[in-house]
Amino acid sequence: MPDSSPLLAVSEVSVRFGGVSALADVDFCIEKGTVTALIGPNGAGKTTLLGAITGMVGISQGRVALCGQDITALAPHVRARRGVVRTFQNLEVFANMTVLENVMTGRHALAPYGVLDGILRTPRFRAGERACREAALARLDFVGLADKKDVLAGELPYGSQRLLEMARAVAAEPLLLLLDEPAAGLNTQETKALAGLIARVRDELGITVGLVEHDMDLVMGISDAVTVLNFGAVLASGPPAQIQADPDVVAAYLGD
Amino acid sequence: MKPWYARNAAKAVLLALALGAAPLVLPNEYYINILILGAINALIALGLNLLLGYAGQISLGHAAFFGLSAYATAYATTRLGLPIPVGMGLGVSLAALVAWLIGIPTLRLRGNYLAMATLGFGIIVHIFMNETVEVTGGPSGFVGIPRLALFGYAFDSDRSYYYFTAGVLVLAALFCLNLIDSRLGRALRAIHTSERAAQTAGVDIAGYKLFVFVLSAVFAGVAGVLYAHFLSFVAPSSFGFHFSVQLVVMVVLGGMASVWGAMAGAFFLTALPEALRGFEEVDILIYGAILVACVMYMPMGMAGAAAGAWRRIGRWRRGSSGQGEGGHAG
Amino acid sequence: MFAAAAQYLVSGLTVGATYGLTGLGFTMIFNTTGIINFAQGEFVMLGGMMSVFFCTWLGLDLFSAILLAVAVTALVGAAMERLTIRPIQSSSPINLVIATIGVSILIRGAAMLLWGKDTFSLPPFGKAAPIAFLGAAVQPQSLWALAITLALLTALKLFFTASIHGKAMLACACNRKAASLMGISVARMSLFSFALSAFTGAVGGAILAPITMTSYDVGMMLGLKGFAACILGGLGNPFGAAVGGLLIGIMESFGAGYVSSAYKDAFAFVVLLLLLFVRPSGLFGKAGVERV
Repeated sequence: MPDSSPLLAVSEVSVRFGGVSALADVDFCIEKGTVTALIGPNGAGKTTLLGAITGMVGISQGRVALCGQDITALAPHVRARRGVVRTFQNLEVFANMTVLENVMTGRHALAPYGVLDGILRTPRFRAGERACREAALARLDFVGLADKKDVLAGELPYGSQRLLEMARAVAAEPLLLLLDEPAAGLNTQETKALAGLIARVRDELGITVGLVEHDMDLVMGISDAVTVLNFGAVLASGPPAQIQADPDVVAAYLGD
Repeated sequence: MKPWYARNAAKAVLLALALGAAPLVLPNEYYINILILGAINALIALGLNLLLGYAGQISLGHAAFFGLSAYATAYATTRLGLPIPVGMGLGVSLAALVAWLIGIPTLRLRGNYLAMATLGFGIIVHIFMNETVEVTGGPSGFVGIPRLALFGYAFDSDRSYYYFTAGVLVLAALFCLNLIDSRLGRALRAIHTSERAAQTAGVDIAGYKLFVFVLSAVFAGVAGVLYAHFLSFVAPSSFGFHFSVQLVVMVVLGGMASVWGAMAGAFFLTALPEALRGFEEVDILIYGAILVACVMYMPMGMAGAAAGAWRRIGRWRRGSSGQGEGGHAG
Repeated sequence: MFAAAAQYLVSGLTVGATYGLTGLGFTMIFNTTGIINFAQGEFVMLGGMMSVFFCTWLGLDLFSAILLAVAVTALVGAAMERLTIRPIQSSSPINLVIATIGVSILIRGAAMLLWGKDTFSLPPFGKAAPIAFLGAAVQPQSLWALAITLALLTALKLFFTASIHGKAMLACACNRKAASLMGISVARMSLFSFALSAFTGAVGGAILAPITMTSYDVGMMLGLKGFAACILGGLGNPFGAAVGGLLIGIMESFGAGYVSSAYKDAFAFVVLLLLLFVRPSGLFGKAGVERV
């Protein structure tokens, strides 16, 4: 059955922290097979919206749907298993595990053996671990970190840690990958490489990408669709060129 | 080359050899008692190590699981006249059940409410042990527990009891090593480092924490039944906050995320009172000082310090001989 | 029968005052630093034991002895923060909790070494003759305890709302980064919160010592019950902690009187467990403590 509904649909979502309204009646969707960017001035609510989508932030009202199915009541780890995975603005790699172990952990939900298998070292365990390891190596290869597989994640340089988080996230074979300011702290060269990587995630791995970003060159260069948030509400939505020309958007960024 | 998945079994064999050889180096038979108690404590420490070092949760009431299990098997085998294996099964099951009941509500919460819940729980259990005299025998304790006998073989000599307990310990250590070296172990280490990142990797944080908590109670329960059928006598004074703290010290001192460290810490702290004989007034002070010093100067414990030294040696060797693979401590 | 109830009420309020002050200490440190200080109960113990030490052993008059005891305990609190907490403040929460547990054991061990395992009592503050009230015999010390607690609470309230240092501490509680950006020295606030909590706890110990005996190991129970008070009132709510303490004291007293005195100590912990299970945000805390 062809699915014409968006991959991710956020409907009338509001998030309140005490008396402060972080998100007000937000409608937002991400179409399958795209790179959709979410931009806006600081404090606009972008990270809060990511949190609402992944379930790490509670919603006061509204719905979140994945492939047409309501996931609003699901716990974060269940949503992750359904196919919504994210990276973090303030890197959260597993610092005291090796690079390879980090990515294998990303693949946790896909490893087909149980606790007892692990303890007794059954053939199912061995096969499962081997498959997990190979898949993880493939993802490391994809981001270009294969030669660092046995390095402790905490010892990697910043840019490599960002790549590691990406590899860990795609190892879960998600439907939707949400990137929270992936270019933060990267220099121009690294940002360009990131853009290429995001495009490959969409094209080679077939993963839809949601991108929260401040770097306008990156956003406009790689996105298929852009949504602008301001003060917790959607200001504009559309293709990059249209957004760049929108006077409201320009005003929001420059202040009035 | 040995298959990678059997390297833990190899380590377990080495452990078995070391433990088996230990009685041979002792000056006299009295010290076998210390070894047995050390092995029993090591069992609890293994479970607590999984909880503290891997799931990142503190239990300040593990003495209560140890004690509940001991009393349960004592009661079952004397008052109810049940066979020893049944008593032991009941003891371990009780510990697991109680842990499950406490864990469900508390492990849902962020932050370390488990520390408080287990502290309160431990104290309540201790009070009940002292007060419900008809069931537990009160402060004077429960006597007459039969010595362990399985399948017709009675472990009457201390030496035989030690080998049995050491055997259980080896199996428990292998269990832990295999657990850690699997996707569950990775998930636990992930939870410990970053709960959010673990969630987005699909890890059920609350579920795993509960599982590890119950598992750690099972280890304490096994230790408890071994204890009861060894000493033939249990009293509330062994199961109070003092012992719960000692258990935490064992794990912290040994190294919070190290199977070997936990066992080493347990044996060390079991032997310490022997060395401190005549210094009873200072023992509390020393435990406190060890905890503080460990956290401040040796946060990875003895095992971590050893592993750090090993890595430094490895890096120095690699530096002089080119690229090589880094390993990770067991 | 009414007389018995009045008796339980008064003794419950008295001991509850100490629980409340202990809980208040927990809250102040938690609010400023985010740490649950397991050593809080030992500060309460030190308040009572040091008062006994200065008064009975060194022969000071009661008033000076208590003042000195409370001041010294505040210093101990400050020393704890500076020597053991500050160096590892960026450690994982587990390590911090273990550090406070270690310090609490250390303090208890030192107390045992210095003063032995005996129990001691402090002379009451005023007259010793009981006052009749609703058929109950109320010791004047109870009135002293409640009055001092009320005075201390009022002083703290004024401090937090009217003085710049107090407001600075509250700022740290709300948002440490913002506070430090505003020029507040978070490190100094941290130190101060430990000293203040130790001070508060010590007062609680001193006012209770004439009524219930004190010894080197009363700290643990008092600390835990103070923590229960803290959770009952809502972690983070200072005056909730005080109210929580009074409630726990009353519950314990009535429980011991009407149900069983052997299990007296268990009541506070049963309440604690039930709270953690059912309503971890307590009576006055924000509902919805973060769930995983």
